[in-house]
Amino acid sequence: MTDKPQDESSINATTTEAGTPASDGRRKFLKTAALTAGAAGAGMIDGFPLVWSQTTKDIKLVQVGGSYSAIKEIAEQATKDLGFKVEMQTAPHDALLNRLLTQPQSIDIADIEYFFQHFLLPKGTLHPMEAKRIKLWDKVVPIFSKGEYPDGRKVSTQGVLPFEVQYLEKPGDKKFATKPTEYITGIPTVYNADTLGIRPDLAKRKIESWAELLNPEWKGKTSIVSVPGIGIMDAAMAIEARGDLKYKDKGNMTKEEIDKTIEILIKAKKAGQFRAFWGTFDESVNLMAAGETVVQSMWSPAVTAVRSRGIPCFYAPLKEGYRAWASCIAPMAHLKGPKLDAAYEYINWYMSGWQAGFIAKQGYYSSVPEMAKKFMTEDEYGFWYEGKAAKGDIKDPYGNLMEKAGAVRDGGAFWDRMGKVACWNTLMDENRYMVSKWNEFLAS
Amino acid sequence: MALVLLLFFGVPLLVVVAFSFFDYDGINTNPAFVWANYAELFGSKVTLALYLKTLYFAAIVWVITLLIGFTVSYFLVFHVRSVLWQMGLFLLCTVPFWTSNIIRMISWIPFLGRNGIFNQALMGAGITHEPLEFLLFSDFAVIVAYVHLFTLFMIVPIFNSMARIDRSLIEAARDGGSSGGRIIWEIVVPLSKTGIALGSIFVITLVMGDFFVVKVMSGSHSASVAMAMSNQIAMVQYPPAAASAVLLLIIVSLMVAAILRVVDVRKELAR
Repeated sequence: MTDKPQDESSINATTTEAGTPASDGRRKFLKTAALTAGAAGAGMIDGFPLVWSQTTKDIKLVQVGGSYSAIKEIAEQATKDLGFKVEMQTAPHDALLNRLLTQPQSIDIADIEYFFQHFLLPKGTLHPMEAKRIKLWDKVVPIFSKGEYPDGRKVSTQGVLPFEVQYLEKPGDKKFATKPTEYITGIPTVYNADTLGIRPDLAKRKIESWAELLNPEWKGKTSIVSVPGIGIMDAAMAIEARGDLKYKDKGNMTKEEIDKTIEILIKAKKAGQFRAFWGTFDESVNLMAAGETVVQSMWSPAVTAVRSRGIPCFYAPLKEGYRAWASCIAPMAHLKGPKLDAAYEYINWYMSGWQAGFIAKQGYYSSVPEMAKKFMTEDEYGFWYEGKAAKGDIKDPYGNLMEKAGAVRDGGAFWDRMGKVACWNTLMDENRYMVSKWNEFLAS
Repeated sequence: MALVLLLFFGVPLLVVVAFSFFDYDGINTNPAFVWANYAELFGSKVTLALYLKTLYFAAIVWVITLLIGFTVSYFLVFHVRSVLWQMGLFLLCTVPFWTSNIIRMISWIPFLGRNGIFNQALMGAGITHEPLEFLLFSDFAVIVAYVHLFTLFMIVPIFNSMARIDRSLIEAARDGGSSGGRIIWEIVVPLSKTGIALGSIFVITLVMGDFFVVKVMSGSHSASVAMAMSNQIAMVQYPPAAASAVLLLIIVSLMVAAILRVVDVRKELAR
């Protein structure tokens, strides 16, 4: 976990020059218009909460995000609690990013991974939120708001640490602020620490290192994700753990580092190391459950999904730490007036605990964990957040059995897991080069 | 008609061509006129590898679907006497198409898997002792899925042109003492070549443009031209993807032109 100076500046430098003057001007105009309207609306909220209910009733906010965070039940509950309509639409990562950039008007609330901010900031796609209008902002987990753990240790900056893209000095800036400010780019929604899923019945021994992904012992029985930016990070964790390479920043590799990584991957692939590369949640569950793989990079709920079929699966805490990811929501830049006010209201509702309780029962963490307590039993909170043994059966939000009484969460308590982040999901400076090398790897 | 074609085919195509010349800095796409995307495309050995792999799939799948398609059509046209049975069996060929092709493809996965039905049957019968690993997440699996998905596109046009062959021609040949093989080779094949050409166009263009089957059935072990493009689009790298699309379009058009040069479909259809 090194603390290195920011590399984003170089991305931003190039992107600021990008974009034609004409479209820049138009965007600026739109944004200013939106902001003025937003400011006016803010005054109204404070004075007369919900007085504008006539217009409010007709408001519909469309949130688009991944299937793990844009959950229908959350929208239904929000609609019930707030008095205006919230609608969820799900889209896979790539489709979402493309839609945000090409049809921003079709989305009101963007529900994105933090590293998307690098794509969106230069285009001014999102509305920078005023921190003072987010009631619980000072309660947000300090990983996001300060880039550090509660004990003051700095969080790993390998990859895109959410804190690096969390703040803006002022709306319209094309560069992220390096310290907390009054303008927030997104509110953390769901996040987690990812590691390897193991079939203990087939592995028959302890798995303690990412290097096992490349261990010939599991030839033809390992898998990593086929999404280029994430797959290469999983591979880098394994390569570094095996000692082949020491990366300066696994989340922002140099061309030589990409070359070497891909070279090692091609060698492993030719030797038949990987059974397959998975692209979706279900694929990863099926690979594990069908016994195609024994060691595989996975998401936490996927491991639980395997387990809920009665097949043993373990989410191994590894000595090198976790690869973490985090999603956030933010209003789109085209929102203004009552609709923008509604977005703020929705976001404040989102942080107030119902959502946190819901997703915690699927194994994810949320922006203000203590708010989840109101919506979970003590036993549930103890199991998911505090690493305590479950006293009763643990069920998911839909009532399906996830763990039996006595079980302890793999990896333990919140800070035992989130406290050991080695790197974050990322967008590299050499993104283009990386994708073309990844294609070379797939074609090899 | 011309307007529809222009609006829904011409304009989008022009946009793709325009994008292929745009500049691109890793995150942003900027209108420009640069050859960099093409330079990168032609300068990369990955391009050649991708095309070789895609052509390899196309060739194998073409041969297999052609053999199956021709045989099935021949059987339906010349061996099934009653028209009722003929149509009944023909419709039977289309039954698998009543389910989504994604489901048809994905159902191969549990069948061919390491602990799948096929491996269990083989081991149960004592034919093998270890599960065969090459069955799934391999080129083999990709080809199986392609053949399963695309054979009908070969059967329909070949069946159609075979059904138009005048039976008396074949009887005359038989009366004249021709062997069965010679009848097929000198009468049936030449007279069904329109169907063969059309079926070949369907199958080859479908395989050349596919990324989904390759991705799922090879477990991303194999790549295709379109899959590389989809990886680029996923990271909003439109210009290189557009350049790659233009090249693919040109190559597939050339392939289709070559087929049409061998068989003048228009003339044959008007016959």
